Amino acid sequence: MKKTLTTLALGAAMAAGPAMADLVFPDLSYRTGPYAAGGIPFSDGYNDYFTLLNERDGGIGGVKAKVIECETGYNTEKGVECYEATKGEGALVYQPLSTGITYQLIPKVTADGIPLHTMGYGRTSAANGEVFSHVFNYPANYWNGASGAVNHLLEINGGDINGKKIALVFHNSAYGKEPIRTLEELSKKHGFELTLLPVDHPGQEQKSQWLQIRREKPDYVVMWGWGVMNQVAIQEAANIRFPMENFIGVWWSGAEFDVEPAGDKATGYKALTFTGLGMDYPVYDDLKKFVVDSGKASGAGDQLGSVQYNRGLYAAMLAAEAAKTAQELHGTADITAAMMRDGMEALEMTNAKMEALGMAGFGPEFTVSCDNHGGPGLVGVVQWDASSKTWNAISDFMPTDGEVIGQLIEEDSAAYAAENGIEPRCN
Amino acid sequence: MFYREAGDFKVSYADDSQTFPIKFDRYRYYAVLAVAFGLIPFLINDYWANAILLPFLIYSIAAIGLNILVGYCGQVSLGTGGFMAVGAYACYKLMTAFPEVSMFLHVILAGGITAFVCVLFGLPSLRIKGFYLAVATLAAQFFLVWLFNRVPWFYNYSASGQINAPERDTFGIIITGPNAPAWATYLFCLIFLTVCALIARNLTRGTVGRTWMAIRDMDIAAEIIGVNPLKAKLTAFAVSGFFIGISGALFFAVYLGAVEVGEAFGIQKSFLVLFMVILGGLGSIFGSFAGAAFLVLLPVVLKVVGVDLLNWPTDIVAHFQLVIVGALIIVFLIAEPHGMAQLWRVAKEKLRLWPFPH
Repeated sequence: MKKTLTTLALGAAMAAGPAMADLVFPDLSYRTGPYAAGGIPFSDGYNDYFTLLNERDGGIGGVKAKVIECETGYNTEKGVECYEATKGEGALVYQPLSTGITYQLIPKVTADGIPLHTMGYGRTSAANGEVFSHVFNYPANYWNGASGAVNHLLEINGGDINGKKIALVFHNSAYGKEPIRTLEELSKKHGFELTLLPVDHPGQEQKSQWLQIRREKPDYVVMWGWGVMNQVAIQEAANIRFPMENFIGVWWSGAEFDVEPAGDKATGYKALTFTGLGMDYPVYDDLKKFVVDSGKASGAGDQLGSVQYNRGLYAAMLAAEAAKTAQELHGTADITAAMMRDGMEALEMTNAKMEALGMAGFGPEFTVSCDNHGGPGLVGVVQWDASSKTWNAISDFMPTDGEVIGQLIEEDSAAYAAENGIEPRCN
Repeated sequence: MFYREAGDFKVSYADDSQTFPIKFDRYRYYAVLAVAFGLIPFLINDYWANAILLPFLIYSIAAIGLNILVGYCGQVSLGTGGFMAVGAYACYKLMTAFPEVSMFLHVILAGGITAFVCVLFGLPSLRIKGFYLAVATLAAQFFLVWLFNRVPWFYNYSASGQINAPERDTFGIIITGPNAPAWATYLFCLIFLTVCALIARNLTRGTVGRTWMAIRDMDIAAEIIGVNPLKAKLTAFAVSGFFIGISGALFFAVYLGAVEVGEAFGIQKSFLVLFMVILGGLGSIFGSFAGAAFLVLLPVVLKVVGVDLLNWPTDIVAHFQLVIVGALIIVFLIAEPHGMAQLWRVAKEKLRLWPFPH
């Protein structure tokens, strides 16, 4: 039994074979399971941008881009299988869109010399490029998010939140626990009281957490949720008539499908963001012309302009720009993963560059360097309007508390370096 | 023709009671061992190790462990995921506390700790049976996962609540961490599996195993003929816990390298291992292997066929996989309740008579 099945798998794997001379961007997506609602649009955006580059520009620097999609179901075991299955095909950069899989891949990619880009997720202290040579999390990370949420609260309270009660409703996993450390530091600094309310995977059952919120009446609720957990939380908040304008989600808790199930009651819900909203960008004209109208759109092709689609588009754009930078840096169009890493480390996103791509103002301006893999950490706030079914920006991309975050990143990455015997680079 | 007993003379009791009394079987067994130890380590690459062979070896150990409890002793357990977590966290604490000690020792000690925990949770089995015991072990599953999430000491106060396997070696060869060579991790797990399977096989055909089976078949009758139910049930929990603990430790330290308890050792892991045991065959060591191979390989094969060969969208293939695995479980339970081990037994019986069935 064992032998026959193994031979079958061997034969099939050999028949699949690697494709040569393309720029390979693996897409560890999840279109199934409780987190699919977020995984589908992100993956569609990621795929469509590379399709656009291939159709419009003939690839990146004349070499076609190839996206290999691999379904992980947000499951770390399948994530590892996907990583092992695709890394031999010349993968240039991994973007797993899962903090759990990121933790798994950080040591592996470092050993294999393939860069990992965790845009707005993953291990926050990877922003310290001195320790994490192959991991990038520009343009913003979770601790920027936590600080951004607190900054917004400071702003609407005239700079004083001393004595206020803030509850953090979080996915009880590495992802949800990520902001706790920063929020604890910030609560010391600004004098607010922090309550932690963990929600277990997948997050469909939150009655007890919201009962506690009803009892303790926190002034504000901050949420670190993903997938089905977001919809349930917003619905529960509506059920206990928690004022929506006091409810702020991280960027992964701020998409259309999160708020729509709660209907009109979701109006006023706030979320953080680090990318632009809607379809009001010239790049969408090209997407329509080259991708959608020719029937090459990924998935059902109905996600264009949605929040997480834009994030996927943005992630793909950053990867493509880093590849271009790498091509210029090394003077060859056919880059390797090691060259891609150099390109990511030398990446400069300017407004002029984004305008040329038809994505003016889509994300913040930033520069990556050897010691800073985290970018500037600019965070904006958006608010949902159920009547027009749109997210409206209520603040620009604002800087976050670099002092507190820098210190924490220093501590955490130093601990990681000590644990794994890593010598700081960049000197 | 294949399983011919004619001419295979046994001249001693030891020969007569060996594990593989038929010559063909015995040689096949030696051949499998020779290929596994002598050939595969030279051919293996990262993909084969991490995507197929490591999970197969590790789940086989877990399935053997659960099979001892459910298949041989008849004590239904839904706590496998929780017990694997005990093994993983025990291994993690040992690895970080005693970095210079060999990985072999860590994994064995992790198995021992799990055996102890498993016996504790097995105590209610003296009073309750069947479904009620299943519920009690289910409570163990949820309690253990909650415990490892709740008490920061278990994950060394790391910010993310995850445990990460640091680089450790045995006899100077790196076994854990990203720099571990594929052949080393494979051989490490294979040695554990081989030893575990040998122990399990020899336990189950000796006195201990016979008392387990007596308890499984009818506990009152067993008590009347002099089987001590306390001893029989608790030894089953201990041995099962030992194997499951080893598999949990390997699963975390060698295979994944970073683990989050709710995701890696949740209730779905308990069910997965239980399905392996049921599909493979209750009360059969071979069944544990077959079940583990089936449930580890099937998703990979379906993915390779669906996505890489037929170019179907990945989500369709993922959904198909659920449908196919579900359907196969139902088909197996109806057509062959004794699992793949029974299919194998029937096939062997047929082959023995072939080509003259009468």
